[in-house]
Amino acid sequence: MSERLLEIHDLEVIYKTGLETVYAVNKINLSLDKGKTLGLVGETGAGKTTTALAILALLPERTAHVKGEIIFDGQDLLKLKEYELREIRGEKISMIFQDPMTSLNPILTVGSQISEALMLHNDQNRSKEEIEARVEEVLEMVGIPAFRKKDYPHQFSGGMKQRVVIAIALACEPELLIADEPTTALDVTIQAQVLAMMNELRERLQTSMIMITHDLGIVAQTCDDVAVMYAGEIIEYGTAIDVFTGDKHHPYTVGLFGSIPNLEVDSPRLSPIEGLMPDPTDLPQGCKFSPRCPKCMDICREVPPTDYVEGGHRICCHLFNKEGTK
Amino acid sequence: MYKYVIKRLLLTIPVLLGVTFIVFTIMALTPGDPGRLILGQTARQEAVDQLNHELGYDQPFFTRFFNYIKDIVTKFDFGVSYRTQQPVFDEIWARFPFTLRLAVFSIIFSSLIGVSLGILSAVKQYTFIDTFSTVMAMFFAAIPGFWLGMMLIYFFAYKIPLFPTNGADSWDGYVLPIITMTLGGAASLLRLTRSTMLETIRADYIRTARAKGASQKIVIWRHALKNALLPIITVLGMQFGGLLGGAVITETVFAIPGLGMHIVTAIRQKDVPVVMSGTLFLAALFCIIMLLVDLLYAFIDPRIRAKYSR
Repeated sequence: MSERLLEIHDLEVIYKTGLETVYAVNKINLSLDKGKTLGLVGETGAGKTTTALAILALLPERTAHVKGEIIFDGQDLLKLKEYELREIRGEKISMIFQDPMTSLNPILTVGSQISEALMLHNDQNRSKEEIEARVEEVLEMVGIPAFRKKDYPHQFSGGMKQRVVIAIALACEPELLIADEPTTALDVTIQAQVLAMMNELRERLQTSMIMITHDLGIVAQTCDDVAVMYAGEIIEYGTAIDVFTGDKHHPYTVGLFGSIPNLEVDSPRLSPIEGLMPDPTDLPQGCKFSPRCPKCMDICREVPPTDYVEGGHRICCHLFNKEGTK
Repeated sequence: MYKYVIKRLLLTIPVLLGVTFIVFTIMALTPGDPGRLILGQTARQEAVDQLNHELGYDQPFFTRFFNYIKDIVTKFDFGVSYRTQQPVFDEIWARFPFTLRLAVFSIIFSSLIGVSLGILSAVKQYTFIDTFSTVMAMFFAAIPGFWLGMMLIYFFAYKIPLFPTNGADSWDGYVLPIITMTLGGAASLLRLTRSTMLETIRADYIRTARAKGASQKIVIWRHALKNALLPIITVLGMQFGGLLGGAVITETVFAIPGLGMHIVTAIRQKDVPVVMSGTLFLAALFCIIMLLVDLLYAFIDPRIRAKYSR
């Protein structure tokens, strides 16, 4: 049994502004072992990025109200002070952001943006030369020639910028890497390259990873565990094998897989999930997926479902619960 | 880079020619002639005509314009004031320090106050400091300069005689005019700094910096401020140019013999050479300031630097 690195209990994030209250994340539970990768899957607006930012405590302080527990290495991150969090951010937990075009500071050289992370967490008292050497090493590691550290972000292509973003995240060899749709902004050939590189680095550095994506192909390639999010809840959770090949699934997961174009079956069009994600300021009673669910029952509209557990596989749906079946 | 500077300096030539032409045309369209102006209402018409002929005023418009430009370019001669019979350039040069002093000090103070309070209210958005400085900024941006000047004279020169009401014989004469010119500029700079800083703070790369574990101080000074600086510098440059040329109201209220007042008096008295050279001088200054602003851009932003070196 490997060691627990991260455990999230009943995490709840509510954005409160003067105008409205957004229920972004609603009591989710997650856990991640050392060296493993967890896939966080779901549509846009399901609360994936909010969950990630909550782990790093980077949510806007004034509007975001966070409740629950985020236990990382035995410490509850939500109870830490700002200066204690700064020690963790970038050194123990780092994040790869979604859009490489805007995630780098346009007026600083990429080298100085990487070395900044190293200098902020200089526990080994490295000298300037050592830090520069490490910057070059990290750049080479992500496949960028070291001499380009003096270049500015605008001199790099999108894929190269994402490599720089990854280099910044990996510079301090974090224990946990949160990758927020690291390939969404890239074109397909570059996607494959970046993913292969991340996989290789992860294996070499033994980093745990949370991979946020809406691309099931990426999940299949990279993840050990999968959590499917919908409207701020985890509606299905299990190993990649459970979620990909198990015979019981949440109707939403079925829908997700159904919306991947299948080359073997000759169907005239894609089968998307009908309807839209519910408005997070006004979530439906009962099961949040019920308005779109093809297997919706009366109980779904009134009572929120509880987890159906089968080994490590959790499905949050009335279909599999005894009281739900008719 | 130096190529760019040379290109820009060459580009100021058509700008200055254009300014000269426009002002020259306007002055030519206004009624009155230099002979009458110099000799006065009681002079004989023959004497006036004679003087106009000597000054070249009876020649066609384009010949006069061409001669004016030729004198400046070949002899650096800006003409002689109709009113005082002194060389125009010497007069401008004597007046300029007063205006320069006012403009330099007020731009320094207004950028210090405006930019720092702007940063503060952006960082502490929705707190008391933010509300307070935004309201103050709105208040001072709305107040007309001449009224503020007169109020300052009333309270701090008349009621409590701390400073002289007018003149610029010693340093204390500058205090009230500089305050007058500072407050309006500081107010608009504060609002601009606040909004650009707020925009920058929400940028993705700021989140990246915070995710690295950077403290608020590093995030603001190293990452946010430098990026927010570009629009601020533009406005600063324009304000400085505006202060040099547009200090007229303040100079009038406080009776400071600056350049702005000099030009306005010359316009009223149709002292064409003074008006011409005064505007030309201000236009040249403005061009230089704008060039400096653009060079500062390049200094701050590598993307612009790359564009220039092409």
